[in-house]
Amino acid sequence: MQRFALIAVPYAWLLALFLIPFVIVFKISLSDIALAIPPYTPTLKEGFGPFLAALDFENFAFLASDDLYWRAYVSSLRIALISTLLTLLIGYPVAYAMARAPEEWRATLMMLVILPFWTSFLIRVYAWMGILSQEGFLNQFLLWTGLISAPLTILNTTSAVYIGIVYTYVPFMILPIYAALDRLDGSLIEAAEDLGCSRFQAFWLVTIPLSKNGIIAGSFLVFIPALGEFVIPSLLGGSGTLMIGKVLWEEFFNNRDWPVASAVAVVLLLILIIPIILFQRNQQRQAEQET
Amino acid sequence: MNRLSWFNVTSLTLGFAFLYLPMVILIIYSFNESKLVTVWAGFSTKWYGELLQNEAFLDAAWVTIKVAVLSSTIATVLGTMAAYVLVRGGRFMGRTLFSGMIYAPLVMPEVITGLSLLLLFIGIGLDRGVLTIVLAHTTFSMCYVSVVVSSRLLTFDRSLEEAALDLGCSSFDAFRLVTLPIIAPAVVSGWLLAFTLSLDDLVIASFAAGPSATTLPIKIFSAVRLGVSPEINALSTIMIGIVTIGVIGASLVSKRNSLKQQKDEQAAARAA
Repeated sequence: MQRFALIAVPYAWLLALFLIPFVIVFKISLSDIALAIPPYTPTLKEGFGPFLAALDFENFAFLASDDLYWRAYVSSLRIALISTLLTLLIGYPVAYAMARAPEEWRATLMMLVILPFWTSFLIRVYAWMGILSQEGFLNQFLLWTGLISAPLTILNTTSAVYIGIVYTYVPFMILPIYAALDRLDGSLIEAAEDLGCSRFQAFWLVTIPLSKNGIIAGSFLVFIPALGEFVIPSLLGGSGTLMIGKVLWEEFFNNRDWPVASAVAVVLLLILIIPIILFQRNQQRQAEQET
Repeated sequence: MNRLSWFNVTSLTLGFAFLYLPMVILIIYSFNESKLVTVWAGFSTKWYGELLQNEAFLDAAWVTIKVAVLSSTIATVLGTMAAYVLVRGGRFMGRTLFSGMIYAPLVMPEVITGLSLLLLFIGIGLDRGVLTIVLAHTTFSMCYVSVVVSSRLLTFDRSLEEAALDLGCSSFDAFRLVTLPIIAPAVVSGWLLAFTLSLDDLVIASFAAGPSATTLPIKIFSAVRLGVSPEINALSTIMIGIVTIGVIGASLVSKRNSLKQQKDEQAAARAA
């Protein structure tokens, strides 16, 4: 009895507030708009048969016919992919240096990487608005050093979105790579060097393959949320930056076309299912290796 | 010990400069006299004063704290239950679905979670306000709590629980008297994580909040959409300050606890 309650309470909560809402999104994505207010047609009032018959793929056809959505998906994928590579390029050396730092520093370095996690995401994105604007800190600094003679336009461009994503997600890349490198047995590298590898070869042939799990986990942790990102493109990006999270938001709140917003969400979910499943497999395999 | 090569020192310096410089610049400019946030016009704390006069922000901050306390507390109870079920529950019907529902919200894009919850609330005719934000926040943060707690449950020695059961504890007592004290640090950090996630959330709260209740992130977002403002700089500085003090304090406490535990264990080992 106790056991039943223990399982049933969280189970029921997640069913009611996680799974059922998705079913509703799916249903509305197949429904027709009814003056922007629910209930959407069809409803179950007429019975289950007519209900099913009245659902259609009209909203999805609409998505396919308007190339705005297509471009937004492609551009989100490109931004998420390039940002993931950039975070890897910046995060790997930091994680590597942390793992090589003296033992007594590591806890502090680790805390310094985690601290931004606890600091508001919104504020960390906002901080860049002041830095990247025309009269912002970065332009003033570059003018002062004489590297540029006229202020650069960075805010409200796609470059600003890259900076924002890399900045906010780099701890997600550093931590799993650090965890993998921290466990790495230093004698393996010494062995490689004894066997005639140069330092670089030892790094390429031993360190990188042994930190593969960390790289994979970090890449998913950056790629998946970056794909659906809303805050960063709306604060740092301009009208030229198309990202699907922003399109969904605008479709919902500005155009009030809920069935189309739902269809956008369903397609985004379909794109994400493969990386999410791959990520889960990778996590499971790692957990098995540890035990 | 390993000495750091110049390459490692450079990457640490650049990496941490990248992580911290933007926040440092934000903090410095919050003390700027000028209304034009990017032009330095002398030191001043006037924006802090104006912030404390701004009722809309204070109201939103109060709603945010209420929501965070409520949702993180419910999420900690539900998340701990879920973790216990996942680690100790054995087989039951729909276990795969259950663990899927625990992990999926962690990676789900916020816009999708928010949209689906809003459509649910409208579907069942629930008025949007504090209650709906609490429900939404509890749902995603219970998953974080259960991940944190279950990793602790996985690593501790199960025989302690079994000993309690052998000695005549009911399974609830065994949980209360043995398991819970051992996993308490994880439960506390789960609560803190849930609390911070709730304080920080903009996207899901925007979908779940109605006109009657606005949280601080929603307020900040609508203000900064129009551009940089000195009041928001001051507000951000206060928030960064609170978080920094909290995190450093928590890490000092946990360091002291683990030192104490080490000493106790050494003493016990000597006595044995």
